Amino acid sequence: MNFDLTDDQVALRDGIRSLLIGRFSMERVREGFDRSMFDELTEAGVFSLRADGFSWADSVVVYEELGRACVPGPLVGSAGADAVVDVIEGRSGDAVWVEHLASLDRLLTLGHDGIREIPAASLMGAEADWPLDPLTPAHRVESLPAGELVGSASEASQLLNESTLLTAAQQVGLASALVDMSVGYAIAREQFGRPIGSFQAVKHMCAEMAVKAEVARAAVQAAACIMDDPDTGDMMRSLHGAKIVAGESAIMNGRTATQVYGGMGFTWEVDVHLYLKRAWVLETRFGSADTHADAVAEMLPQPERSQR
Amino acid sequence: MDLRYSDVDEAFRARLREWLSSELPKLPVQPARDDWSARRGWDTDWQRRLFDAGYAGINWPKEFGGQGATPSQHLVFLEETTRARAPYVGVNFVGLLHAGPTIIAEGTDAQKTDHLANILRGDEVWCQGFSEPQAGSDLAAVRTKAVLDGDHYIVTGQKIWCSYGQIGDYGELLVRTDPDAPKHKGITWLMLPMDLPGIEIRPLKTVLGSSEFAELFLDEVRVPVSCRIGAENDGWRVTNVTLAFERGTAFVSEMVDALRLIDDLSPYVTDPAYRRELGHLAAEMDGIWALTKRNVTQAARTGVMGPGSMMIKYAYSELRQRLGELSMKVLERDVLAIDAVGEFVEERLRTLALTIAAGTSQIQKNIIGERVLGLPKEPRP
Repeated sequence: MNFDLTDDQVALRDGIRSLLIGRFSMERVREGFDRSMFDELTEAGVFSLRADGFSWADSVVVYEELGRACVPGPLVGSAGADAVVDVIEGRSGDAVWVEHLASLDRLLTLGHDGIREIPAASLMGAEADWPLDPLTPAHRVESLPAGELVGSASEASQLLNESTLLTAAQQVGLASALVDMSVGYAIAREQFGRPIGSFQAVKHMCAEMAVKAEVARAAVQAAACIMDDPDTGDMMRSLHGAKIVAGESAIMNGRTATQVYGGMGFTWEVDVHLYLKRAWVLETRFGSADTHADAVAEMLPQPERSQR
Repeated sequence: MDLRYSDVDEAFRARLREWLSSELPKLPVQPARDDWSARRGWDTDWQRRLFDAGYAGINWPKEFGGQGATPSQHLVFLEETTRARAPYVGVNFVGLLHAGPTIIAEGTDAQKTDHLANILRGDEVWCQGFSEPQAGSDLAAVRTKAVLDGDHYIVTGQKIWCSYGQIGDYGELLVRTDPDAPKHKGITWLMLPMDLPGIEIRPLKTVLGSSEFAELFLDEVRVPVSCRIGAENDGWRVTNVTLAFERGTAFVSEMVDALRLIDDLSPYVTDPAYRRELGHLAAEMDGIWALTKRNVTQAARTGVMGPGSMMIKYAYSELRQRLGELSMKVLERDVLAIDAVGEFVEERLRTLALTIAAGTSQIQKNIIGERVLGLPKEPRP
């Protein structure tokens, strides 16, 4: 058992991190997702990890970095695709929100009968004037077209699992960046003549954030390892658990970071709100923490009527 | 990065499982919770069985009579023994997890010879003598005074929260040998033979109504200098060696136990909101367990537990409080009798201590904030 990053994975993490710092500054990120961003990420190999022989454990390392850098876009759906693709759960006729519609080539929907493919051009809907996450434009599509069946039901559940995993990895990245931002601010910001991070009230908030992020990272990487080697654990339980703790860590750390930053945390200028808003957006994708918690509870020993 | 145990580890697991399934049915009936001499007998009997089967001191080095297991085998051992509901380490806790490792790290050859084998066989039970009424979270403020007199220290003072104080053969004792030095520099670590004249032991009744803790009153107790572990006035450093062991692995079996308790509680949980909360708790516990595996991997590589161990203790003990509260909600009026349904109410009471013992959650967060995140220390008066 070597449940820690290998040397190659450390190099992969450091490589993608420095690439993202170099090319995707917050100024660039704040301009939103576009075709050139997609092309650069494609060139960096982000969307061809599996085809290039990388494991799921490798993939979550990369997607965590995408989250850490707050990179916007349909990054999960475009994995393995040669086009800008998003993937959502939904059926023909459903009213849904579609993200990044203006940039999409196609949308994949995951339903009981399998994977359906819908050309973006055939999706009609009104764009939200005031999206929650300014970097995640949203269109309200009143009725999903049926699209074309391109994958079986089992392929749909496989894609759902993979998408859940990569989304959870992004959430860990958000949570982890929020720890670093808050610690940096708590050291730099002084009140009452000393750094606010020296006060226990602030220090303890930072410690709680760090613990949430570490537990979430371990959960996500464990799920990835089990996806790579299914004999080593209960894949569905670990996947549900990963999405739960990763989602909660991103949201809780976003809220706590806002508190650490005080009034500045409520400004547009400070990046914290972009992370928190992304955390809320990702929480809605591939099942919320509560729906996954229900699924975990289903896996635990069940009550019988005769009990007590 | 992977979660696959090696073939050697799996073979170890298979052997252990087989032994547990043949040995556990042979155990005598468990004694009453407040019959401490019987509990000592029962717990040390289990330790002797482990010893005879070659499982005692699983992570102790071979040269000191341990099994020299790798960290991952240690994890397998704790997983399997807990899942099989083998006895808890019980009265052997302080000796096996605190004093023994400290003697291995800091003791003289004579001290190792005198104590290590006895601890492993279950022939020697240790109790704790760290905290004092005025030295809890601020442990370095200990006042119990030791004055050198020839080849003895004359020790006078008071200790509290002495785990297994009523039945211990030896106590791990922190004393102040230099009252004029800065508080961290004047402490010495002594082994206290519990049968010396001048020691008074008073059981300390906990919220469970029982007393695994004691108060210790020391009145000019003459402790041989040969009982000193490490150098005089170097006791704070030695203490941190002890506590690092505690924070490293001492809680692993508690965690496996929490996973088992979640499974045990689950059949009683019918309300959908409570089932959802149970699902959350199970997922978080799985995450903390994964972080434990991360920590064990790092320990195997570097020889020391990583910063994760401080996070694990905090996360686990806080989760345990929530699990306890959920149990109380689920049982409704059945909580009125502690033993009406399962062990859940007793567990709720017992686990109140987890966010206090071995460093409160608040102290843990100070440590995480300062040592892991690098936040500035609070100014000290």
